[in-house]
Amino acid sequence: MIAPDRQPMLQAEGLAKRFGGIVATDNLALSVAAGELHAVIGPNGAGKTTLIAQLSGQLRPDSGRIRFAGDDIIALPPYKRSRLGLARSFQITSLFLDLSVLDNVALAVQAHAGHSFHFWRNARLDSALRQPARAALERAGLLNRADWPAASLSHGEHRLLELAMALAGKPRMLLLDEPMAGLGPEESARMVGMLRALKSELTILLVEHDMEAVFALADRITVLVYGRVIATGRPDEIRANAQVREAYLGEADKEGAVHV
Amino acid sequence: MTLFFEQCLNGLQFGLLLFLLAAGLTLVFGIMDLVNLAHGSLYMVGAYFAATFAAWTGSFVFGAVLALCATLVVGMAVEVIVMRRLYGRDHLDHVLGTFGLILFFDEAVRLIWGPAGLSLPLPSWLAGSVQILPGFQYSSYRLAIIVVTLSVAAFLYVLVMRTRIGMLIRAGASNREMVGALGVNIKLLYTLVFGLGAALAGLAGLMQAPILTVQIGMGENILILAFVVTVIGGIGSIRGALVAALLVGILDTLGRAFFPDILRTMLSPTAASALAPALSSMLIYLLMAIVLVIKPEGLFSAGNK
Amino acid sequence: MSGAFTARNVATAALIAGLVLLPVYSQVFGDRFILTLFTRIVILALAAVSLNLILGFGGMMSFGHAAYLGIGGYAVGMLAHEGIYSGFIQWPVALLASALFALVIGALSLRTRGVYFIMITLAFAQMAYYLVSGLARYGGDDGLTIYKRSQFIEPLNLSNKVQFYYVCLAILFGAIYLIWRLTNSRFGMAVQGARSNEARMRAIGFPTYRYRLVCFVIAGTLGGLAGALLANHADFISPATMYWTRSGDLIIMVVLGGMATPFGPLIGAVALLVLEEVLSGITEYWQIILGPLLLLVVLFARGGIDGLLSLLGAKVATKVNPKVGS
Repeated sequence: MIAPDRQPMLQAEGLAKRFGGIVATDNLALSVAAGELHAVIGPNGAGKTTLIAQLSGQLRPDSGRIRFAGDDIIALPPYKRSRLGLARSFQITSLFLDLSVLDNVALAVQAHAGHSFHFWRNARLDSALRQPARAALERAGLLNRADWPAASLSHGEHRLLELAMALAGKPRMLLLDEPMAGLGPEESARMVGMLRALKSELTILLVEHDMEAVFALADRITVLVYGRVIATGRPDEIRANAQVREAYLGEADKEGAVHV
Repeated sequence: MTLFFEQCLNGLQFGLLLFLLAAGLTLVFGIMDLVNLAHGSLYMVGAYFAATFAAWTGSFVFGAVLALCATLVVGMAVEVIVMRRLYGRDHLDHVLGTFGLILFFDEAVRLIWGPAGLSLPLPSWLAGSVQILPGFQYSSYRLAIIVVTLSVAAFLYVLVMRTRIGMLIRAGASNREMVGALGVNIKLLYTLVFGLGAALAGLAGLMQAPILTVQIGMGENILILAFVVTVIGGIGSIRGALVAALLVGILDTLGRAFFPDILRTMLSPTAASALAPALSSMLIYLLMAIVLVIKPEGLFSAGNK
Repeated sequence: MSGAFTARNVATAALIAGLVLLPVYSQVFGDRFILTLFTRIVILALAAVSLNLILGFGGMMSFGHAAYLGIGGYAVGMLAHEGIYSGFIQWPVALLASALFALVIGALSLRTRGVYFIMITLAFAQMAYYLVSGLARYGGDDGLTIYKRSQFIEPLNLSNKVQFYYVCLAILFGAIYLIWRLTNSRFGMAVQGARSNEARMRAIGFPTYRYRLVCFVIAGTLGGLAGALLANHADFISPATMYWTRSGDLIIMVVLGGMATPFGPLIGAVALLVLEEVLSGITEYWQIILGPLLLLVVLFARGGIDGLLSLLGAKVATKVNPKVGS
């Protein structure tokens, strides 16, 4: 396992975001080391999705700094961050449903390949687009679905396709917003398997409700409550943390969701 | 100066007529999310009915009232038979389906009334002019149109803002499921709204009938203007439709009346008279283009549409 | 494509063969009317093919495509009226004028979406219609007779009906090939991605407005070419060429034939115009049949003819090879 104190891949400091009177992110600091899988957990309304949106560039924080691989990225729009290697998957699946699965991923590759004012060469036979797209599909275990219309896939496969599209740009880091949401047990297991395989190659920030998956996968965990970090540490440290148990896991314990 | 004032009134009158059409379009779009190209056909049908009924009854007013009722019925029938099946489809379906309706209406009118066109003579008490300012005469009929359309606009305002039906209409525009959950008969509401839009179009058509010839295709030109009005005003907004209709009506009328003269001061007389008709018809589209650059969603956009 | 011999492919191949051989039939049987009719069909099919690029592949619901027919046609007509007959001048002017119009209209209307886009393209096309209606020098409402067709170098002679037909057909096939290349290129993928999910396209860094605008201009330019051909075919151009119902006809052709398919608009154009011909032979009031027919197609057969054919093809294919349908 990679030591957590290596140079951070992603670092946020003093991040703050308010919506009217509601504080969604409250002077938040987060550091994700290169190569680690860092999970962010917290009860509903803790500001996890808002955090991801700020890290990926969809929301502009009111104040604070975000550095990615040493660069200050706070002013960059999402696609520029994505070109630097910071990719995200969407919580609400947003695919090109009437195009084929391979076309979906190939478009994601194309997005990283400069402008698209190429009018003549057949993009569907262009190995510069199709090879990386196929590779990403293979990693997502969807290669056998390559020629299917995206609309015909199951919900779980849509999630995997989202992941494949995020991978298609050869990112250095992935921001994953609840990749397990709405998946059945079998599909969840498939997703966990895939994330475990990806872990060795990429830095991953994972927001997830599925505690079993989080504790199985994460190198480190940050717990968020009302937009503030109440604890960060290894899974065993988090499980032992009294404050976390009270604020969050205690509640989950009653429901019997966390017995890792 | 009196000429200018008269043209302003003509512009106001034309603008108010456009409002009647645009209000129906915008209501139907705002509430049922339906693009109705055949709206102009209802305008034409209104005019044909008025000419026919006035001839039968020998009375302009009776003819107009009967025509209004008949257009309302035709509108509701069209809703029940056709439009209902188009709700929830994509806009391309609306465009094609209602385009088919236009072909049908145009041909049906030609079959029933013949290709020649009709005229609707004014009764003597409306044919003259009245003195509205010292030394300034204005056509009584055009004045009557202004009065009628203004009262319709006021009626619409009260209907939409002050009554239960209006509340449903406003709620329906923003939240279809909620209105359904209230136990309101949505189907009936939609039929009524569509019928109302049809009646407004028919009213515009029958009032325009004595000024222009009643002919096939008369609804199509004015429909495009109503589109321009709707785009400028913002789709779904009745207030926007009123403001934009007045803008378009006045600009178009004044443009046609005075733009050639203005052009003559800038260009040679031959060039000016060659270009004037073409350019003055472009003014309202120019206005639309400007609005699009500044506010792509129209002046009074309903927001989320 | 699952196989070469689908119903769609067979029908398309038969149609192409029929179009290529049509002048032979016309010569042998002395049926000159059919050649005239099909020259018109081929030209309008070209316009429909160009509309398909934005409507079918791009998802841009333009209701003003007839404007380009008029602009291309008037470019030819006006130049001829001024004594310039060379096609080497007329046609580039027609293309350029259409491209320019498309650029301005597109730049404005592509700022909007949905029903706004429909109404705005329609309104601007009507503006062009009123504009030429007001030009007294070029015939105003009555239009403009073109006494000489566009002149190219020998042996190309557009006044020869057979030659002209083949020129139109070659341009049509060229345009279909061009659009096939375009839609499969990176540019085409970007345009189709924007049709499918514009928000996502922007999120991953595609400036969709630019791609759409370029697509809109290409389609308009091809529409202008169809206009130049149409004016030559009729030896006449009038505002009626660009009346908004013509735009409606073009949309019908595209939808009837099958959107976003290379040959769909051609199939649709042949179907619609032949149907019109047949219906108008039955009754003077043929639109009273066509209108409701159109409505029925919209309500019950949205795949168009091409859709029906591929459905048929899929059924045949499932019988031959049950795996295909799964």
